[in-house]
Formats: sequence, C-alpha cells, structure tokens
Amino acid sequence: MDKKILLRHLDVPNINQLEVYRQHDGFKAFEKVISSMKPAEVTAEVKSSGLRGRGGAGFPTGIKWNFLPNDSWPHYVVANADESEPGTFKDRELMESNPFQFLEGLMLASFAVQANLSYIYLRGEFWEIAHDLDQKIQDLEDVGLLGENILGSGYSLHLRTHLGAGAYICGEETALLESLEGKMGQPRLRPPFPAVEGLYGKPTLINNVETLANLPPILLNGADWYRGFGTEQSPGVKIFSLSGCINKPGNYELPLGVTYGELINTYGGGVPEGRTLKAVMSAGASSDIVVVDQYCLDTPLAYETCMDRLGAPLGSASVIVIDDSVNIAWLVAKTVNFFKHESCGKCTPCREGTFWMNSITSRMMRNEASAADIDLLKNVALQMQGKCLCALGEFSTMAVVTGIDRFRSDFEKHVRS
Amino acid sequence: MADKVTLTIDNQTVTVPAGMLVVDAAKVVNVDIPVFCYHPKMEPVGMCRMCLVEVGRPMRDRATGEPILNEDGTQKIGFSPKLETACTTPVSEGMVVVTDTQNAKEGRKAILEFLLTSHPLDCPVCDKGGECPLQNLTMEHGPGESRFIFDEKKRLQKHVPLGELIYLDRERCIQCARCVRFEHDIVDDPVIHFFHRGRSLEIQTNSEPGFDSIFSGNTTDICPVGALTTADFRFGARPWEMKKAPSICTHCAVGCNMTYNIRREAKSGGQTVIKRAMPRQNEQVNEIWLCDKGRLGYHFVESEARLSSPMVRKQGELVPVSWEEAYQVVEDKLRQDQVRMVSLAGGRLSNEDLFNLAQLTRSKNGKNVLYSTMAGGDLTAQVGLGLGSNFSDMGAGDVIFVVASDLHQEAPIWWMRVKQAADRGAKLIVANGRPTRLDKFASHVIRYEYGQEAETMDVFLPGAAVPESMVDAVKTLTEAKNAVVIYGSDGLGLDESLHLAKSCAKLVTDRGYYGKVNNGLLAVWDKANTQGAWDMGFQPDRNLKATLREADVAFICAADPAGDDPVLAKALQETDFVVVYELFLTETAKMADVIFPVQAQPEREGTFTNGERRVQRFDVVVNALPGTQPDYRITARIARQLGLGLEEKSPVLVVRQIAQKVNNYKSINFMDLAKVEEQWPKMGREDLYYAGTSYENMSGLGVQYPTAADRGEELSLGLLIKSEVQPTTGSGVRVLPVTALYDRGRLLQPTNLLNHRLTKQAICFSTALAEKYELTDGELIRVSTPDWEAEVRVEVDSQLGDDVAIVARSNGLPVWEPVVVQIQHLVTEPKA
Amino acid sequence: MNKLLKKYPNEIEKILSRYPADQTRSAVMPLLFLAQREEGFVPSDTLADIAEITGISETDITSVLGFYTLFHEQPGGRYYIQICTDLPCALRGSEEYLETLCQKLGVKEGETTADGLFTVEAVKCLAACHRAPMFQLQGDGEIKYYEDQSVEKTLAVIEALREKAKQEAANG
Ligand SMILES: Cc1cc2nc3c(=O)[nH]c(=O)nc-3n(C[C@H](O)[C@H](O)[C@H](O)COP(=O)(O)O)c2cc1C
Ligand code: SF4
Ligand code: FES
Repeated sequence: MDKKILLRHLDVPNINQLEVYRQHDGFKAFEKVISSMKPAEVTAEVKSSGLRGRGGAGFPTGIKWNFLPNDSWPHYVVANADESEPGTFKDRELMESNPFQFLEGLMLASFAVQANLSYIYLRGEFWEIAHDLDQKIQDLEDVGLLGENILGSGYSLHLRTHLGAGAYICGEETALLESLEGKMGQPRLRPPFPAVEGLYGKPTLINNVETLANLPPILLNGADWYRGFGTEQSPGVKIFSLSGCINKPGNYELPLGVTYGELINTYGGGVPEGRTLKAVMSAGASSDIVVVDQYCLDTPLAYETCMDRLGAPLGSASVIVIDDSVNIAWLVAKTVNFFKHESCGKCTPCREGTFWMNSITSRMMRNEASAADIDLLKNVALQMQGKCLCALGEFSTMAVVTGIDRFRSDFEKHVRS
Repeated sequence: MADKVTLTIDNQTVTVPAGMLVVDAAKVVNVDIPVFCYHPKMEPVGMCRMCLVEVGRPMRDRATGEPILNEDGTQKIGFSPKLETACTTPVSEGMVVVTDTQNAKEGRKAILEFLLTSHPLDCPVCDKGGECPLQNLTMEHGPGESRFIFDEKKRLQKHVPLGELIYLDRERCIQCARCVRFEHDIVDDPVIHFFHRGRSLEIQTNSEPGFDSIFSGNTTDICPVGALTTADFRFGARPWEMKKAPSICTHCAVGCNMTYNIRREAKSGGQTVIKRAMPRQNEQVNEIWLCDKGRLGYHFVESEARLSSPMVRKQGELVPVSWEEAYQVVEDKLRQDQVRMVSLAGGRLSNEDLFNLAQLTRSKNGKNVLYSTMAGGDLTAQVGLGLGSNFSDMGAGDVIFVVASDLHQEAPIWWMRVKQAADRGAKLIVANGRPTRLDKFASHVIRYEYGQEAETMDVFLPGAAVPESMVDAVKTLTEAKNAVVIYGSDGLGLDESLHLAKSCAKLVTDRGYYGKVNNGLLAVWDKANTQGAWDMGFQPDRNLKATLREADVAFICAADPAGDDPVLAKALQETDFVVVYELFLTETAKMADVIFPVQAQPEREGTFTNGERRVQRFDVVVNALPGTQPDYRITARIARQLGLGLEEKSPVLVVRQIAQKVNNYKSINFMDLAKVEEQWPKMGREDLYYAGTSYENMSGLGVQYPTAADRGEELSLGLLIKSEVQPTTGSGVRVLPVTALYDRGRLLQPTNLLNHRLTKQAICFSTALAEKYELTDGELIRVSTPDWEAEVRVEVDSQLGDDVAIVARSNGLPVWEPVVVQIQHLVTEPKA
Repeated sequence: MNKLLKKYPNEIEKILSRYPADQTRSAVMPLLFLAQREEGFVPSDTLADIAEITGISETDITSVLGFYTLFHEQPGGRYYIQICTDLPCALRGSEEYLETLCQKLGVKEGETTADGLFTVEAVKCLAACHRAPMFQLQGDGEIKYYEDQSVEKTLAVIEALREKAKQEAANG
C-alpha cells in the first residue's frame, strides 16, 4: 500500500498537530457529515463499508449503531481505549501519533447516534495520552469543531477523557461502563446490552479506538473505496501489532487478508537468527496457541479465514510470535498468571478457575508438579469453558487447552513423572 | 393469554406469568435448581453460575419465521450449546428446560468444585452447618475427593467483626454478593462492599460504627454459607439442636412474624432459652425481613431484673407476698363503694390483657386510658388501610403519602417496603418538619414548620388553596389510582396528633381513598399493639395528670408514667391506691401499693393487632419465669373475686369473648389466626435453604379485620369537631419529641449488644439555635421547665430547620409533647 | 472540613464538570488519583472527603480503591518503577532486566529502596510490547513510560530522580 489510512503519521510528519491534520483532509469528513448528512445516512454508509469492530469481536460497526433505540435519550458514545490485551499496542500509537483522526472518528460516531456527550475511556497507564487528548479536545473547542452548535449545524458535542486505574477487565464493555460510573470494574449481566441500557442506564455505543479511526476516511471516500481493501467479509485495513520473538516488532497497517507468512516474514523480518518459528497467538494472551506450519503461514489474516482455517479468532490482531527457544508450559503459566491477576472475581468459574490453574502452573514452574497435573490443568480449563459470566474467563482457557493439546511435551519437561 | 407462558421443565408442563425466571418457574413444579447468588427478593445477577441448566427453544426458519418441525410433526427444539443460568433466563413460550442431563449435572458439579476449592469446609464448627445449601449440595453431588491441593488453599481471616453486631468469616464467603446487594439495593445502606478483586475479593465495611445498618441481621439469613453471623448467635448452638417457636415482634406496630429458636440448657436449670430470633415469612407483613431491634431485642426476657413475686406495700415498704394475698388486697380495695378506677395500659399488652382489663374497669364505671401520645385509633378502625392492602402490590399509579414520620426509625420494615414500592414506581409524598431517610425516594418532599402538620394536609383537600410549592404534590395525589396516607408522631404531642389524624382522615375520605384495597389511613403507632388497645376501648387522655390524681384506684399495666415524667410521678403520689402489672421494678412499680409480676410476651400466648389491623397470634416460646402470670389472667382472677366472669384459662377463650363483644373483631377466631396458605415467592423447602435460613411459616398468617368502610358501615369520624392545639409558646427553646429506633426503652436496654447504638442522651439543635444560644456540639447543658430539669449533651444538626430542636422519646428526658425549655450553660471550672 | 476540597478546589470543580450533574459518582476515580497525588497513596482520611464530594458511601469508595492496581492503599516509594514482565515483554528479556535492576538497587520485586524513593514492581502488559524492556514510572501524580530500556539507562533515570529529590530536600 502506498499511503497509510490509519497510521498516517508515517507519511505525514506532525499530523498530530491540528493545523497539519486539517491541511491533510482533517475534519473534512466531519464537516461534510454535519452539514449535509442525516445521522441515518452516516450509519448506512458505515454499514455498507463493511467495517467490523477492531476491539476483538469483529462485530459489524454499522449494524451495532442501529441497535440504539430512538425512544430513550440521551445517547452516549464511549471510545474504548483501554487497550490491555498483552501484545496489543495499536490504539496507543493511533492516539499518540494520529490523535485527531481518532477524535474525528469519535465525533462522527457521536453524530451518527446523536450523542452530545461522549467519553474516551483510557487505561490509567495512558496518563500522558489522556492529558494530551484533553489538550487536543480543547484545541477543537477553540476552533469551534467541538462544543455547542458546531459550525452552525445545530449539533452540539462534548468529549471527555476518563482514566481507568489498572484493570484489564475494564476493556470488556460493560465492566468499562461500571468503571466509568465510578464503580468496581465488574461486567454486567447481558441483556440489557449497552446499546439499550449502557452508561447511566442510557443507550450507549462503545467502539474501539481503531474502529473509530477508520471512520473519517470511510466517510470522506465512501464505502466502496473502503471495500477496495481487505476481503469480502473483512473489508478494509487493520493494524497488526507484532510482538514476541520477532526481528522487527511493531504496528503494521495492512489490508485484512494479508497472510501470516507475509506479516511475520516480510514485514516483521522473521524470527531472530538461528531460531525457528514455533507458534503464534493472534489475539494476545487470549488466543489459542497455533502451531506454525505452511498451512498456518498461508492463512490470510481476516476474521473469517482465521476462524475457518485455524479455529482461532483473529481477535485484536495482536500477533505474538513464538520461536523454538520458548517452552509452551512456561508461556501458558504466563498467560494463566495474567488472567488470575485480572479476573474481577464476580463469577465463580473464572475467579476460582484462574486461581486454581495458576496454582498448578506455578507448581509446574517450580518443577513440583506431577504428570497428572497436566491433565488436571486441562480439565480445570475445560471445566471453566462455557460457564463464565464474561469472555475473560473463557479467554483464560484458550492457551491452556491448545497448549497442552499441541505442545504436551513442553509440559512434560516441567513435571516429575 | 398473552401474559402467560407455557413451557416444560424436566418433562413437566407449567404455565407461569411471562417474565418469570426459569429458576422460579421450576419451583412451581417442585424442581429445585440450586442457587447461591440468586435470591427471590433481589434482581438476578448470574454471578455464581450454580444454576446452570440446559435450555431449548422452539426453532424457527430464519427467512420465513415458520416453525421448524421434527419428522413426527412436533416442534423442533434447538438447544444452545452452552448451559444457561436459570436465574437470569426468563421463560418463553415453548421453552424446554432440562436440569438433569449429564451435561447440566456436570456443569453444576463443576461450579460446586470451584466453590469448594476456596472454601474451608469447616462445617463441623460452622454456625450455618445444618442449614447450609453449600454443605447440602456437597453432600449430595460433591466430588468425593478433592483435586485441589490443600496447601494451595487460600487462607483468610476467620473472625472479622464488621461492627459489634455482625461477624465475617472471610474464608467461608463465596462472593455471591447477596449481602452487598441487599444493603445497597433493598435498604439503601451502602455500608458493606467488596474490596480487592478476583480470588482476593473480600467483604468490608467503612462505616462508623461498622456495618451501620438497622437491617444488618438480614444478611446473616440470606448469606448462603456461614460467612456472616450475628454476634448474638455465633457459636451459640447448632441449628439441629434447636426447636422453633413462632412469635410476633413486640417492638413496633409492623408486627413482624418471627421464629424463636430455643433449646434447653443446663446453665438455665434445664429450662428452654431463646438462642436467636429469625424472620418467619409473611408476605403481607414483613416478607422475610426483620430489623435488628426485633432480631436482637428479646434479651429482656432473660433479664435478671425481672419481677417474680407479687408485692404489697406494708408499713410503707413493698414486700413479697403470695398471689392470694395480693389478689385479696386488690379485691378489698375494689369492693369499697364508689371507687373511682382508672386503668392505664401500654400498647405492648395483648388484646386479651386489654380486653379483660377494660371489662374490669367498666364494671367499676372506671376509665380506660391508653398510655400513648398518638391519636386516631378510632379513625384507622373505620377508614384504615383497606382490607387486603399490601405494600408489595403497590407501584406505578399508587401514591404513598407519609406525614410526620421518620418511618425508618419508627417502623423500619414499613420504611423498607414503602421505599421498595417507590422503586417499583409508586409516587411518594413525604411531608415532615425535617429531612428523613425517605426523602431520597420521594417524588415530592414537603417541609413544613413543626405545628403545621394538619394545616399542611388540609392543602390536599378538595377546593383548598394550594401554595405554588405544593401544586405538583397535590396533582400527584389527585391523579393517584390508589393512595395510602401514613402518619406518624414526629415532633407531635397528643393534641397535635389528634389534629393531624383528623386531617388525614378527612383527606382520605374527601378524596375517596379509603374502603378499598391499597387505600386508606395508616398510623405508625408507638407500640406493637396500640391499635388493639384502641379496639379494646382504651384511648389516650389529654389530661392524664388530673385523671391519675383524681383516681382512687389506678391499674397501671405495661406503662411507667412515673419513670417517664416527673409530672405524672407527682400525680401518682396523690393517687390513693396503685396497682401495677410489670416485668420490672419500674419507677411506677416502686410507687405501687400492689405489684403483679407478669410474663414476658415470649412466655405466653396471645394476640396483637398490628398497624394494618392484622390480628396475629403469638405462642409460648419459653417457659415462664416462675412466679409470674399473664396479665389477662391476673385481671380475670381479680374479676372473679368480684363476681365478674372473665376468661382466665386461655387466650382462646378471651378471643371468643372479644369476638362477641367487640364489633370489629366479629370475624376473628383464634384458630383462623393459625391458618397458612402457600406464599410466593417460595423460599425453598426447609432442607434446601437456597433463599436463606428457615423462613417457613407454619403457624399462621393472621387475619386482618375489615374497617367499618370495608364493611360498608356508616362512619362516625367526628371530623366536624375541630380539635384544638395550644401553640407551644413562651420564651426559651421549643423542644420536639421524635422517635428513635434504638431508644433507651426498658425492653431494649437488656440487649447489651445494642448498647453502643442506643441514642445519646442529648438534645439535637439546629445550627441557628446553636448559634443563638452559643451551644457547641458535645457540650453539657442544663435544661429546665417549671416541672423538671436535667443535664444533657448538645448535638448540632445542620439539617434541622432554624428553630428546631428535637429529642428522642424514651431517652431519659420527659419530653412527650412539644415543650419550651430554658437553657443554662454549665460553668466549667477553669483548670488549675 | 473537607481537606481535599480545600486543597484542590479548582481541580475538583473541573473533575466534577466532566460528568453529568447527577452523576457525581463518576468522579470517584479521578478524585482517588487526586488524593494519591501528594503522597503516592490514598490516605485513609481522604476517603470521607471523596465520599462527601461524590455523595456515595466511604465503603463504596473503598471498594473502588481496592479494585484497581494503580491506586495504592499503603505508603510505598515516592516513585513506583513498574516493569512489564507480561508474556510479550518477557519474550524480550524483561524478566532478566527486572532481576538485574533489583540486584543493583538492592531490593526484591515489590520492595522499596532504602531511601524510600523507589518501589520496584513487576506488572502486567502496558501496551508497549514492541519496546521491551520497559517500565512505567508512577509518582508525583504522573505516569510516564520509559521504553527500550537497559539496566544502565534505567539506573540513569533513577539517578536523575534521586538528584531531583535531593535538590528539593535542600531547597526545603
Ligand atoms: C476481557 C475483555 C477485554 C477487552 N478489552 C478490550 C480493549 O482493551 N479494547 C477494546 O477496544 N475492546 C476490548 N474488548 C472488547 C469490548 O468488549 C468491545 O467488544 C469493543 O470495545 C467493541 O468495540 P468494536 O465494536 O469497535 O470492536 C474486550 C473484551 C473482553 C471480553
Ligand atoms: S458474605 Fe455471604 S452473602 Fe456476602 S458475598 Fe460472601 S457468601 Fe455472599
Ligand atoms: S448464577 Fe444463577 S444462582 Fe447464581
């Protein structure tokens, strides 16, 4: 791709300044939309673009917008900038380096659902980004792009940042809302879904930062243009966060459908000298551990193909690369420990299951486990599956089950027979 | 029918209201789905995941919406691959719920195993042992051996006081959040919550005092494990050692149904003793709740200070005598010609006691006086809460109007039920001279100046001039489908109460809110059986002082006028002959000529009539203290000697007489009071305890007697006779009496556990008054009236209106009506 | 006497203005950060202040305080050096980096240096996986990222902060 659509700072220096952003088509989409489009038209355009949520689940964005009922007001939009999945660091780069595009996207989404107050929920660690965004929001208010009766359109919008304080679960949208309401970040029962009863009990649209950053180019250039990238079922571009045992870790903006092989070898520069690829995880710590073979390397990175070919969702496309120096039992111990640390404790299987799995894997790492513990570990994970209140509990079992199934010998190295 | 849904649960077909949860629908066909976090009285949260079942729904073609059929033509059912939580899934037409497949059973077994990994399994020493659903389920389905390594178990603190009343065992807590949700959602006391997260979640409180909620005891019932226990009961006994004895709470007009757990103990000479008080389900009265006063306030029964022998004054000294002798002395006195007899009775006596006493007094042409400063029992008997009214049925379209009552303190369970009606959409109008805890839930808060209670109510009469500030409230009332008016005694004396009661009665009658379900007048009586006392013919006396002074013989039962008020003490000195029925040697008893020691309520049978006019029966719980008798029997014995036929053998017989002689009680029959019918929500069979500990009601739901309006009788409210209120004036500070739940009343004091929470002996001044008289918070001052003086602490409350000073009743100061007091600073000696 | 309100009237007004007027509860987390600004932990007597400002119970405030890892209930170092040792960073040597750094500072993970300035902690993913080893510095009311670290680089940062503290002490 010649020009970046999202990581535009790579092409345009200083695009994080309002002037520069505006010189490069910044806020053209927003100005066009509020002056000449109806909210429903905006939604329809996004729907036909086929844009799917970049927060992980890949749910079609336009369809989600339509879920907000029009007989309950006010509506809120919340940008999910909690980005806490191990291996994910794309939203951060967007907000740091091309912040106005994200803000414009948030403004477009707000207009589409006619929200007058929208929040950006950032993980607390993004303290500097939040302060920077506050300043940028102020800049926009100063030039009349935010505030009351924007550019005489009659539409008013205020944006606010809100900092979390260290809790992965707050990326889950209902836990995020609890947190934004000043409570412990424990997920809510669904239904009601946030689109119907969200923030302060009102209809609320929640979209990921990257999802939102896609909106200005889509609305400026049209749905058809956007569908020119990516695959039929996964149109557009995606930022892939590449980390782990890789020569050139970082964010790569590529059309959906690029293969694992291209991403890892062409863009990421392959694994370090003398090492061989062993496995990948495509959705951070929440993913299945996928054995890397040619079939895997040929698999296009798109929502449908990852699932169909590898049985592992694309998720947030945060690809952790694992080479042959890594023992998978150690890796699983790492992910389990993460989820044990982050379990909110609300539901039994997750609270107790992650704690129990962590006890077993810790024992393995101290080489105090027995062979039977491998099966016990897998059994505990399976016993959790399908029973948790939110996806975190399910996530915690993915690496465990696939790790044991596919790399059992790694576990055997850590147990006494 | 659109609002009914038919489904099958474990092959049984059941039709239930739409919106019902699967877990409850299952109970209808006696399928008990295990639950921990779900509680029928609270919103489902789906946290514990114990209630997993298989759920199938009729399949439809996506495109056409047509049902998909099996080969045999029956509806095809699609089962979701995941198990679903029965507690969060509403029923739907054609649904198929299966609880006993291998898959579902394994799912629940898995959850159980997870719960047990962190549970200490210390059942042998746990207070909940024997009534714990976790224990029961473990015995039934639990994995035989643990796959969890014992050393890796989380060890946590075991005896954590959450304040003086409730203890927490952190290891046992299964994080179901029932306690947290109860305190937050049902009673609005957000004083306990989780701390930390994940496996480290633990309950904690930051309030001062700890767990500062007058409903805290309920959490120990609904806690599904032994994590929360009351300081009163913990380590007290094992559930299976105890017997159950039904009773009615004696502490306020709500009349909560309870069960006392009792057992015989060596330390009380093999006699039965009360080990704990538990709520007994009565959906019309207290549902499954008790306030802490009711739960903990029974210790007066076992007080060492109880009287246990009749006493007669001889040469100025009270000396123990035989019952025969005591009866003889009284009889001799009553036989004298033309004795002017007065009976002064407290509202904690039973209907039987009151009836017999009233009959005896009448036979001497005497006067029956109710020891109370609240008026209107004649009015509530006529236009009181309509037959069948139930706070639980009130919601959108209904109005509840609460005037002059701090309901939270005067009748906690009514407060809670009124608040919940408001949560369901009932509009609440709250009128008072100061803020109360009901304001937050009110649609309209009306703040009047104390003394303007009746006038404020008159604004709601048809045709009255309405000030701007009350237009909305008046509109709300007039638009109500149903309306209930509740009046209390906040800041009122008897005169003001009479004035207010009449205004309230006029309001409900003029507006037509009476004689129907969920309409009418409700008085927040000061005592458990004040309504019964009115019904048996007792009324408060506006000039009690003179009445006592002029009496030749005064019977004073369950009342301590001399202890309460020096003016009455003086009056009693002039009473020729005083007979006292008492539990304790009160100030009044000390002045008596004859004292009869009576049985405490849990030692005897009888009936109370609660504020909603529900006549409820209480049974013998523990053996009576030797040397005591029930009040009705003492009266009947005296009457017998005088040739008057009163029943003395049993309350059954007295109630039969009451039904004959008291019009309102025509329909009351002692046996009917013990009838039960199935109540909803079902709290689970006793051996399951899913909803909490033993709410079973096998001893009667009571019977509400119909008002005169319900019976279609002509009313005689006497509303045309305007009552008079002398404005309390004079130079000094006007102090108003209010009711506090934890007062220093005689029955509450023996409950040592509550000592810290009893009201301070203080007068509470507004900031303006404090400034005017240069009073500082905590300062000791002398207050005086022409009749008494006392030293009290000053409290300053910025919430009070400018000229308001309040004092709690039964708190050591004789303030029973608005009084003007003089204030003197106490000169503090300069430090040497 | 609301000490917090007295100390930060403007900040608190600004925080409250970010949420709808009837949703003061949302201000709890920003207020906890504010309460933590000065001493690096939330002094227990500020809980009542926050309760008063937001109109929710102290117990509820505490439940929020306890849930989130960036809030500290107990005093620690003036600065928290929070090193990500989660999976992606660990694959890039962050565990060894943590270990060496701890050795150099003479502390164990979770402990505070003798001068009371630095608490070294291992934390979960900080969204900087491509720039490991890295840490975030929490202190003086701020959180800053330090990426592509080596033990030497980090020690230099630490030295600079020590110097700053010394200067401040000298200036009173
Ligand atoms: C445990 C958990 C963590 C999540 N974390 C994030 C996150 O950090 N950022 C994010 O955008 N979505 C996260 N999600 C997904 C959100 O719940 C939600 O689906 C998403 O924000 C929707 O935005 P989208 O439709 O634009 O993808 C998480 C979900 C779960 C279950
Ligand atoms: S203390 Fe009891 S009621 Fe409260 S969360 Fe724990 S188990 Fe549930
Ligand atoms: S999840 Fe249904 S009872 Fe707890």
